[in-house]
Amino acid sequence: MIRIEHLTLGYGGRILLDGVSAAIPAGTLTALLGRNGTGKSTLLRALAGLDGRRGGRVLLDGRDLDRIAPPQLAATVAFVTTERVRIANLRCRDVVALGRAPYTNWIGRMQAEDAAVVARTLAAVGMDGYAGRTMDTMSDGECQRVMIARALAQQTPIILLDEPTSFLDLPNRYELCTLLRRLARDEGKCILFSTHELDIALSLCDSVALIDPPRLHHLPTEEMVRSGHIERLFGSAAVGFDPVSGTIKIEKQFDKL
Amino acid sequence: MKSRVVLLFIVLSFVALALFVVDLATGAVPIPLGDVWAALAGGDAAPATAKIVRDIRLVKAVVAVAAGMALSVSGLQMQTLFRNPLAGPYVLGISSGASLGVALFILGAPLFGAAAGGGGPMASLGMAGAAWVGSASILLVIAAVSRRIRDIMVILILGMMFSSGVGAVVQILQYLSREEALKSFVIWTMGSLGDVTAGQLALLLPAVALGLGLSVAAVKPLNLLLLGEQYARTMGLDVRRARLLLFLSTILLAGTVTAFCGPIGFVGLAVPHVARMLFRDADHRVLMPASALVGAVVLLACDIVSKQLTLPVNTITALLGIPVVVWVVVRNKSIA
Repeated sequence: MIRIEHLTLGYGGRILLDGVSAAIPAGTLTALLGRNGTGKSTLLRALAGLDGRRGGRVLLDGRDLDRIAPPQLAATVAFVTTERVRIANLRCRDVVALGRAPYTNWIGRMQAEDAAVVARTLAAVGMDGYAGRTMDTMSDGECQRVMIARALAQQTPIILLDEPTSFLDLPNRYELCTLLRRLARDEGKCILFSTHELDIALSLCDSVALIDPPRLHHLPTEEMVRSGHIERLFGSAAVGFDPVSGTIKIEKQFDKL
Repeated sequence: MKSRVVLLFIVLSFVALALFVVDLATGAVPIPLGDVWAALAGGDAAPATAKIVRDIRLVKAVVAVAAGMALSVSGLQMQTLFRNPLAGPYVLGISSGASLGVALFILGAPLFGAAAGGGGPMASLGMAGAAWVGSASILLVIAAVSRRIRDIMVILILGMMFSSGVGAVVQILQYLSREEALKSFVIWTMGSLGDVTAGQLALLLPAVALGLGLSVAAVKPLNLLLLGEQYARTMGLDVRRARLLLFLSTILLAGTVTAFCGPIGFVGLAVPHVARMLFRDADHRVLMPASALVGAVVLLACDIVSKQLTLPVNTITALLGIPVVVWVVVRNKSIA
């Protein structure tokens, strides 16, 4: 599980989160929502141990992030960034195999068990037919799924994903989030992903973390819908949020334009 | 490993061996292959022939193999570290650091009234030492600065700016120096595999071997760095340590070769691309030995051509290397 205590985050000269605390238990799928520039990526990067914090503590599975050595950290938390990896000659299988790095020896020799994990995770994201394809020959969505398989191959109790659905079409988005939910439920993983898709977040996730600078609201999905935070943050003159249906509606006067 | 990869390694090894023997036969006095073999195996070759083959050409051919391997492997490392197809062993200022050292030694010493660069073994060893100290100190400065810098691209730009600045200082030294000193400096910048003595080889080979050892230790970090430093960190890589390992091995590989042979251009830049094209793999467990082997083949071939045309080896590596780089860049738009 992820526990944050009095966490303060900033980007440049701005304070994004100020002394927030939250706990995300194992076995849940949590969506991280927030407007552009509110610090969704910064929060995920801080939880992955990539960027420093301005204050506070992060506990991953009960251990202080600052006291976990790099190889152990890699076996605790996996991260899928928005970065595109399009390398010629690099096969999908090899990318996913890199996820086994925390468990392999000094030169990265794969054991039979590692190879089995790679095959299993590629199948889990529906990319088993692409194992031998190189990364430069695939679509953005396919690359994204390979990167997720790589994170799964790390076999960590915690997985963080930064906008994993942004390059996928509608069926693939739902498929991916269903997969994440299955992993959370069946394997007891703690999965946190940032997204702009309100409908997916509200229909598939167990809980929602909402960045309301400089605070963070973390509530079960039902409660979040009723809380009024969403319409306050995402509502504007052009769009409004309907808490009954859980969907975004375009306001009438803008509809006619 | 796949049979194609194994086959390629075997074929390349034979090509390297064949070129090695041809390199021994080529020179101012062509020596028949049979006599080369006799001289090497201790058979009945004329004493003069045996001396040329064993004392002069063998050293030169061994230097070509070591330099080809060292430059190619360090070029591969820099391309992966900086995720840039145009990176090479000299991207961090090794050659400009070395030329500053040599310039201070050849051009600077007379300015202060000392006699240097007059020839003789001490002078040439001093030149190599000055080059090595120059390149190592530049790289250590960059390594020290880079400990505080997160973004690898900033380090790349720093390295390039640093080498340009050092280049300007070298130009000032050239401008102020006398004609003879200037000429021996310019000849050094053209690169030569032939100035290394058997005694110097005893320094060059262990340094290159140690550098290659560090490179092998960096294979797993390099594979992780393919996905960028950020991903590498999330998969447990200590990026600072990996950078330090790669910088150290680059000093030992490219720094040492440049110290003894002068700056040899384009081998370190072009050979990793040729290796990628031949082996169609991005895994450094394959690419690193492949680059080393292709590097040895390429520099042996360049040495043979340069001996036949009696031109500096640097001109040959550039003329052969540039088309390869252009072709690779035009053919596959994405390289890594």
